[in-house]
Amino acid sequence: MYSEKVMEHFKNPRNMGEIKDADGVGTVGNPVCGDMMTIYIKVKDNRIEDIKFKTFGCGAAIATSSMITELAKGKALEEALKITRKDVADALEGLPPIKMHCSNLAADALKLAIEDYHKKQKSKEGAS
Amino acid sequence: MSVPRKIYMDHTAGKPIDSRVLEAMLSYMKFFYGNPFSIHSFGEEPRKALDEARIKIAELINAERKESIIFTSGATESNNLAIKGVANRNADRGKHIITSSIEHMSVLNPCKFLKTKGFNVTFLPVDSYGVISLESLERELKDDTILVSVQYANGEIGTIQPIKEISEIVHRKNAYLHVDATAANGLIPIDVRKDGIDLLTLSSNDMYGPKGVGALYIREGVRIEPILHGGGQERGLRSGTENVPGIVGFGKAAEIAKKEMREESERLSRLRDKLIRGLLESVPYSFLNGHPTMRLPDNAAVRFSFIEGESILLSLDMMGVAASSGSACTAKTLEPSHVLMATGLKHEEAHGSVLFTLGRQNTEEEVDYVISIMPDIVKRLRAISPLTPKELMSNV
Ligand code: FES
Repeated sequence: MYSEKVMEHFKNPRNMGEIKDADGVGTVGNPVCGDMMTIYIKVKDNRIEDIKFKTFGCGAAIATSSMITELAKGKALEEALKITRKDVADALEGLPPIKMHCSNLAADALKLAIEDYHKKQKSKEGAS
Repeated sequence: MSVPRKIYMDHTAGKPIDSRVLEAMLSYMKFFYGNPFSIHSFGEEPRKALDEARIKIAELINAERKESIIFTSGATESNNLAIKGVANRNADRGKHIITSSIEHMSVLNPCKFLKTKGFNVTFLPVDSYGVISLESLERELKDDTILVSVQYANGEIGTIQPIKEISEIVHRKNAYLHVDATAANGLIPIDVRKDGIDLLTLSSNDMYGPKGVGALYIREGVRIEPILHGGGQERGLRSGTENVPGIVGFGKAAEIAKKEMREESERLSRLRDKLIRGLLESVPYSFLNGHPTMRLPDNAAVRFSFIEGESILLSLDMMGVAASSGSACTAKTLEPSHVLMATGLKHEEAHGSVLFTLGRQNTEEEVDYVISIMPDIVKRLRAISPLTPKELMSNV
């Protein structure tokens, strides 16, 4: 039922794991089926220098999280924010319709991680 | 260990047809195409064949007479006929129906449908093993209860219900007992007279017969009316020309089941126990779903914490093993299995459940293979999951 690309990312997920001293962390729960995803980012000169994920969910959820880390890595934050769930699904050569909601998870988690980074930056500035 | 071949352990989803069954069916597709309703000689052979199949099925469940068996298109139709047919015919006596919260959709949905037509339906709770609460059955049975519909055993968690006790309670009042034996038939002995069953749903494919055939046993004297109206076949209770080859196959499947059930179920139970023990021992944080002893011989339902069922199934499939899961992610509705939820599991616990259902072709070598690949599959997915506790990752 999945494309080869999805299965490939499911078998060998890229950037899987955690970043201990992450600059931003975003966690989302999937309101549809109850799954969960966390994305960690490390930012340097306004670019995503490193990115990692952890996912509790189906094959599509694991593949989309892997794919979005590939798409986002090295991008400027503004660029990374523009990645949509459609971009992720397209890069995976499509997802079954019933699995489209899983790609939301990935896009949302990345957004939250970037927001978290900005928030932390602000509080740092406030402190100094 | 090398992959023996593709390993099929999803027998509740569908079973292969027994070659002896197929053999018995063939001449009814090729030569004896007459309509059993016809007066002429072409109708005779199919008519005889229907009779013989009816006798074999009656014998399998110890029905008092062959006329108590009504052929249908499968378990879904049998359940619909039993529930709607009894409800509509007995509405003058009462409008209350009792069922359980872990029934198959083909029982739950007719009951919900009847609710919109003015019937009251009670859904009995089950305990954490999936056993129907007898106390609540006793409490809920009222003078206007006309039907109690429960399953013989649950295909998803394997739990066998105390049908005899249920029957005794039900028959203290004026209600009928309908039992859906789809998951149990062919695996454990069913005796409608000893068990005190008024209506019983049977399925052909679940006994290695062809798909698209089933039966409803109706004890003599039960008040019921048809849901399909037409030419009046099957004593007027199920119109439509009988699926003769299918029914012949069903009869043969019942005959084989009766003969081989004891030995085969013993063999399956041994494999089941080995599989369950092997998985629980080799994977930390794994648990059995359903009852440990009152359990179908073919059913090994296990759940693994912190990971999700679909990704487990995909991983198993990559290793040549077919199984199923009650995870929300594998459901069309994206809801977790109602059966697992009714046993009190949390959403995320239901997520990690995997169901292996064994069959005639499965061997001990295959069971060993599944046990050997499971720890690595779980370990890999747990490494990806944010829910996995840190301690677990360091020592597995
Ligand atoms: S994460 Fe549940 S369906 Fe994809």
